Amino acid sequence: MKRDVDLLILGAGPAGMAAAVAASASGQRIALVDDNPATGGQIWRAGAQAPRYPAAENLRAQLAAAKNVECFTATRVIAQTGAHELLLENPLHSWRIGYTQLILCTGAREVLLPFPGWTLPGVTGAGGLQALIKGGVPVRGERVVVAGSGPLLLASAASAKAAGARIECIAEQASLASLAAFALQLPRWPGKLRQAIELFDRHYQPHSHVVEALGDGRVQAVRIRRGSRLVEIPCDRLACGFGLRANTELAQTLGCAIEAQAVVVDNLQRTSLAGHFAAGECTGIGGNELAQVEGAIAGFAAVGLLAEAQALTARRRHWQRFADLLKRHFALDPELKSLPTADTVLCRCEDVPYGAVAQQASWRQAKLHSRCGMGACQGRVCGTAAEVLLGWPTPTLRAPFVPARVDSLLHAAALSSAAPTAVE
Amino acid sequence: MNADVIIVGAGIIGAACAHGFAERGLDVLLLDDQRGGATAAGMGHLVVMDDNPAELALSHYSLSLWRQWAPLLDEGCAYRNCGTLWLAANEDELAVAEQKSTLLDAEGLGCRMLSASAVHEAEPMLRPGLVGGLHVSGDGIVYAPNVARWLLAQQPQRIRQQHAQVSEVSGNRVRLCSGEWLSAEVVVLATGSARELCPELPIRPKKGHLLITDRYPTRLRHQLVELGYVSSAHSSAGTSVAFNAQPRPTGQILIGSSRQFDSLTPEVEHDVLARMLQRAIDYLPSLAQMNAIRSWTGFRAATPDSLPLLGPHPSQPGLWLALGHEGLGVTTAPATAQLVVNQVCKQPCAIDVTPYLPQRFASAEQPA
Ligand SMILES: Cc1cc2nc3c(=O)[nH]c(=O)nc-3n(C[C@H](O)[C@H](O)[C@H](O)COP(=O)(O)OP(=O)(O)OC[C@H]3O[C@@H](n4cnc5c(N)ncnc54)[C@H](O)[C@@H]3O)c2cc1C
Ligand SMILES: Cc1cc2nc3c(=O)[nH]c(=O)nc-3n(C[C@H](O)[C@H](O)[C@H](O)COP(=O)(O)OP(=O)(O)OC[C@H]3O[C@@H](n4cnc5c(N)ncnc54)[C@H](O)[C@@H]3O)c2cc1C
Repeated sequence: MKRDVDLLILGAGPAGMAAAVAASASGQRIALVDDNPATGGQIWRAGAQAPRYPAAENLRAQLAAAKNVECFTATRVIAQTGAHELLLENPLHSWRIGYTQLILCTGAREVLLPFPGWTLPGVTGAGGLQALIKGGVPVRGERVVVAGSGPLLLASAASAKAAGARIECIAEQASLASLAAFALQLPRWPGKLRQAIELFDRHYQPHSHVVEALGDGRVQAVRIRRGSRLVEIPCDRLACGFGLRANTELAQTLGCAIEAQAVVVDNLQRTSLAGHFAAGECTGIGGNELAQVEGAIAGFAAVGLLAEAQALTARRRHWQRFADLLKRHFALDPELKSLPTADTVLCRCEDVPYGAVAQQASWRQAKLHSRCGMGACQGRVCGTAAEVLLGWPTPTLRAPFVPARVDSLLHAAALSSAAPTAVE
Repeated sequence: MNADVIIVGAGIIGAACAHGFAERGLDVLLLDDQRGGATAAGMGHLVVMDDNPAELALSHYSLSLWRQWAPLLDEGCAYRNCGTLWLAANEDELAVAEQKSTLLDAEGLGCRMLSASAVHEAEPMLRPGLVGGLHVSGDGIVYAPNVARWLLAQQPQRIRQQHAQVSEVSGNRVRLCSGEWLSAEVVVLATGSARELCPELPIRPKKGHLLITDRYPTRLRHQLVELGYVSSAHSSAGTSVAFNAQPRPTGQILIGSSRQFDSLTPEVEHDVLARMLQRAIDYLPSLAQMNAIRSWTGFRAATPDSLPLLGPHPSQPGLWLALGHEGLGVTTAPATAQLVVNQVCKQPCAIDVTPYLPQRFASAEQPA
């Protein structure tokens, strides 16, 4: 089965939704594809306990009203089957989709770094804990430690608190000086300042990082290094994320230029590949406001509404400065590279210790001999950690880009009943 | 002289040869540029093949050597003596199974014909309607990249490994890309293919696709191969696919295989992959709903008669060849090492080496 659209948008987070809404005015046939069960991306993730976000509801309503936009949720991109053609899969079907133009809005993922005990039940990413809570996992009365780096720590702690958890500590690796410099700039973005004040928690500790999660069968305490001191904090959950990494793999596989771990785009969000745009966090980590503006610019530009696109560039510049500030002040301390010990598991899918990987010369050699990154997640977690810890570039994707039904791969080729028989 | 023996290529063949020379007390310098070869890409099925007497002799001998290594290998080598189940989909293939059974029996290899119901009982995932099969009990599987690593770790004091690309070989000398020449009593070429270093040798790349599933609790027990494989493996042109499935110790299923002479790029070709998977689903219907996590390709180094080149280069004294193992080089690595080392050391070989001598193609060797 194959269908064609004028504009395909991959990723239905703030960027993808804004792009679809902007482009819808053109009347073109538009498909919006996301692997999550609902639109909203990371920040507006839907779920039993998810709060309602006015900005998300507004975009959803506009999407629902646009008859020329079709949303395909729970739908994954599993292979490239031709120039301007991808293979998609949902829980029931698989089909090829041809497009004239594409906007990549694939967002970002959390950087999870291994440390002793990080695989204990009860240890999750900072965003991971939020997703659990939005999905309805009860945390009422639980003692929670949040650790790692970036504004997501405060957001995660706030979600946990709102759901009835007790925050024991928020360990931010950035230094006090760096955080103070960041806070001094915040008044330029009043909304962000208000958010920071709302989210601020007295347990917030700069220059602190997790050293070890302790527990027998489940996390029971976490050891935190605070400057030169080590403290042990009893807890029921540890939520630990070291910032975000742009999801550039699909763009890279399609042939778009990547620089500094982000898809390269021009002022109209065009990538280096003709007919291909990118917007939101896959072009650099910058928060949902920047993602929305970029998405709208890409959506307008893709359908030729250049004046509308250009009208938004000042707003983008405003939010881009905020993104630059984040990047500068939450840069990871190189000391974090010594978090894992030789026997800390790096690859959870294949149960490979860090030592077996670090002794290899390259990611390829490590995969070959330790089987690291060869499991179901195909190195998305451990490859990102290896990129931070060992400086190895993350590998490009191969089909299937994500685990896909064997059956779906049959659709990758135009298999007709007249296909040659197996054995000539 | 930089060593007693210089081996070019650290795939499973180069590693097995290095191990063999080191066991005889010789100092080995092993050169590899880590471009990656068939050992990293292949399936690692240890299988007795009987397409011709020389192939049967080599694979049979080699499997006996594998069984000597087996208890010594570490867990990363993932050796399992799972046996092979050859599947007959029709009466013609059943006749092939019976011939095969007679041949293997005569060699003293353990094998047993299975009825249709016995096949189904042995592997319930298989579709109903197969007419029978042949179970070969001595066959097995390994994870070849780690066997290569294990082999080199056995004699660390005798085997030196150097990351280097060889740009030229001339008798017992090799030139590195840096321009430096190295020499030894003996140089062994174990680069799989010979396209760059000995283009006069008749070796062609034969591309193959593989795919691996996620982990599942329902497991296969044997390596499964369709008997139609025999005709597929032998076509000398075009593209063919045949059903071949391997139970990985992790609970994953590794699916093969395709054979293609005309494609030189490593990209996965969706049409070939789809044909291969359709074939696999024909045998294992429930595979259709399982998740695939990865597919990749590799190149087999194929000679015109499908037998490897083991022995002295026809016209370059000091240069020895261990090349062209096609789709069977993991199986035949231990025997290859013994036959090459014994020839070099002028010792008797356990089997007749004549069918594998590079000399057999010397008449075809013409200056370009
Ligand atoms: C785990 C996590 C939690 C976060 N929580 C917060 C928070 O609480 N507050 C906050 O202010 N910011 C949060 N952020 C940051 C926030 O995500 C961004 O600021 C913003 O949402 C980026 O928007 P986006 O549209 O670029 O990407 P995203 O919101 O990341 O959306 C990208 C979408 O694309 C989909 N996708 C990616 N690749 C494919 C593919 N190949 N096929 C199909 N679909 C694909 C993803 O599943 C996702 O739904 C979080 C980020 C992460 C990673
Ligand atoms: C898809 C597929 C499935 C297979 N399935 C099986 C199976 O089930 N059972 C089985 O027994 N066999 C199988 N095989 C065959 C088997 O994998 C090969 O025969 C075997 O791995 C060959 O090993 P090798 O050491 O000769 O070559 P390779 O593994 O190719 O090693 C050659 C080495 O030489 C190096 N090299 C090359 N040129 C240079 C140079 N100029 N300078 C320095 N270094 C160089 C390369 O980096 C490489 O490491 C399969 C092969 C494929 C492709």
